[in-house]
Amino acid sequence: MSIELVTSLLASTVEFSTPILLAALGEVLTERSGVMNLGIEGIMLIGAFCGFWGALTTGNPWFGILIALIAGALVGVLKAFFSITLKANQVIAGLAIWILGIGLSTYLSRTVLGITPGTIMIPGLEKAPIPLLSNIPFIGKIFFNHNVLVYLTLLLVPILHFILFKTTIGLKIRAVGENPRVADTLGVNVFLIRYLCTIIGAALMGVAGSYLTLGRLFTWVEEVTAGRGWLALAIVFFSKRYPFKALLGAWLFGAAYALQYHLQAMNIGIPYQFLLMLPYIVTIITLLGIIGREEAPAALGIPYSREEPT
Amino acid sequence: MVIEGINPIIAYASLLQGAFGGFYEIGETMAKAAPIMLTGLAATIAFKCRVWNIGGEGQLYVGAVAATWIGLSIYMHPAVEIPLILIISFLAGALYGLIPGLLKAYFKVNEIVLTLMLNYIAILFVSFLVEGPWRDPSGITYSPPIAETAYLPVLIPRTRLHLGIVLAVLCAIALHLVLHRTIFGYEVTIVGANPEAAKCKGINIPRTIVLTMLISGGLAGLAGMGEVCGIQHRLMGGLSPGYGFFGVVAALLGKLEPLGVLFSSILLGAIFVGADAMQRTAGVSVTIVYMLESFILLFLIACDRIFPYILKKRVGKE
Repeated sequence: MSIELVTSLLASTVEFSTPILLAALGEVLTERSGVMNLGIEGIMLIGAFCGFWGALTTGNPWFGILIALIAGALVGVLKAFFSITLKANQVIAGLAIWILGIGLSTYLSRTVLGITPGTIMIPGLEKAPIPLLSNIPFIGKIFFNHNVLVYLTLLLVPILHFILFKTTIGLKIRAVGENPRVADTLGVNVFLIRYLCTIIGAALMGVAGSYLTLGRLFTWVEEVTAGRGWLALAIVFFSKRYPFKALLGAWLFGAAYALQYHLQAMNIGIPYQFLLMLPYIVTIITLLGIIGREEAPAALGIPYSREEPT
Repeated sequence: MVIEGINPIIAYASLLQGAFGGFYEIGETMAKAAPIMLTGLAATIAFKCRVWNIGGEGQLYVGAVAATWIGLSIYMHPAVEIPLILIISFLAGALYGLIPGLLKAYFKVNEIVLTLMLNYIAILFVSFLVEGPWRDPSGITYSPPIAETAYLPVLIPRTRLHLGIVLAVLCAIALHLVLHRTIFGYEVTIVGANPEAAKCKGINIPRTIVLTMLISGGLAGLAGMGEVCGIQHRLMGGLSPGYGFFGVVAALLGKLEPLGVLFSSILLGAIFVGADAMQRTAGVSVTIVYMLESFILLFLIACDRIFPYILKKRVGKE
């Protein structure tokens, strides 16, 4: 393998991992506060369409990202209301959000674009090589030659780590996720923190979805996420809710995508369907790899109620 | 719909007309309800046991592959061939459900992600089959038609209503009896409702989970068989417009009761056929089905939680 090939493989690994990483970070934040959001895939789909639509109508991809952020946050409010206020079964509520995402995104897209849309191209995020850094041989091409959303996502990893483990608000989030009753007794507003984490997490998932339409494809395809939301969930299990481990997991999946992408382009005689299976197979292997080593916040998925004993 | 500038009354009228307006329409509704009923029952038994099997879609496709395989390779009298296909496609779906079942039962692997990944893999595998080894000689990306001896008989002439609906109803009754009249059904319910209690009673939890997944996968496999042998008579990529997922909705709408699923799946089938009619007469995109379903589901969850809440408040006041 030539050095150019390795560089381009690793560069596209970083690129492909971005939407999954961003969504996984959103879920890490949500789950640290004790709420499980299984609707990642649905929220990403809504974000993907809203981002597309925003860029289409205004001609500005950043406006698209803003719309995706708001849309994600709104679905987050819905999810939080169901999981925290109504105390509904979080698995079922998550599945409902997922189906809502599929329905809303395909319905809106067919309403806006017509029943049989042609390929409508939108202005997407352009590559923004970082001056100087992108000139470093090998590493520059891999890390510093992407669009801005890639950098922001990578930056979010240490930021989220810092917030969760080095600040008071992070301590409160983790306390709420581990033992909401004790946190409540100590004067932490359990409901507020859970609401905020769910909404911010969902907003990140929305932006993650918009990366697919604005950062990669520059157009809208129905069910564009193709399971990436569920991959993000697998990464969250793998990471044990640590942002840096999530980064590692996301690169693993990014590598799987990059590999199948390059192998398809090389046309080596393996039917493309088997190459497309690669990320899903990697997911299953990852799940098998963490057997017996799973750990989760103690109160994950359990709604908190002041009146009822938990 | 208001966004689309379409009169909602005309739209909904055409939905009802399209779903129940006549003999043909009712036949179509029931034909759509059959696979939803089967996947709904598949989800019901799994959810009852707290095994979140979202893999109905994948198990459906694997069942469809098995049915096509028999239909393409064996020519026998229908009285022999159809039962054979039934058994083989049930087994195929069951085996595909066995993978996550074993991993969930013995290694506590998250079954939601696992079954979803298996969905994508199954769908891609079908796409490989119809574009590769099973491609029709004419060149389109379908399999060649299956033997006519493998066709499920049509119940009402000139509709597509086939024997599958009878099969689905029988499965619903059988599952009802299994869940409420047998020790296994009792074990499934206990494992789902209270695993601690199940352990205390000496129930073999992993074994119950594995058996549940076998039955669940098998039922979904039968749905795939119905689509191949009853409707399309060949294997194709878009065989299912998401019946596996509608099954999830049907199961929840039916309150995880087989007899409830009987009705909820007919309702969903009607929405499906009706939406098709709505698209033709009122120009509303058929994808509204997915949206309607998620609204129904969210509404259902909300009602489930809000009514007990109000009730408790009232009791508290007295």
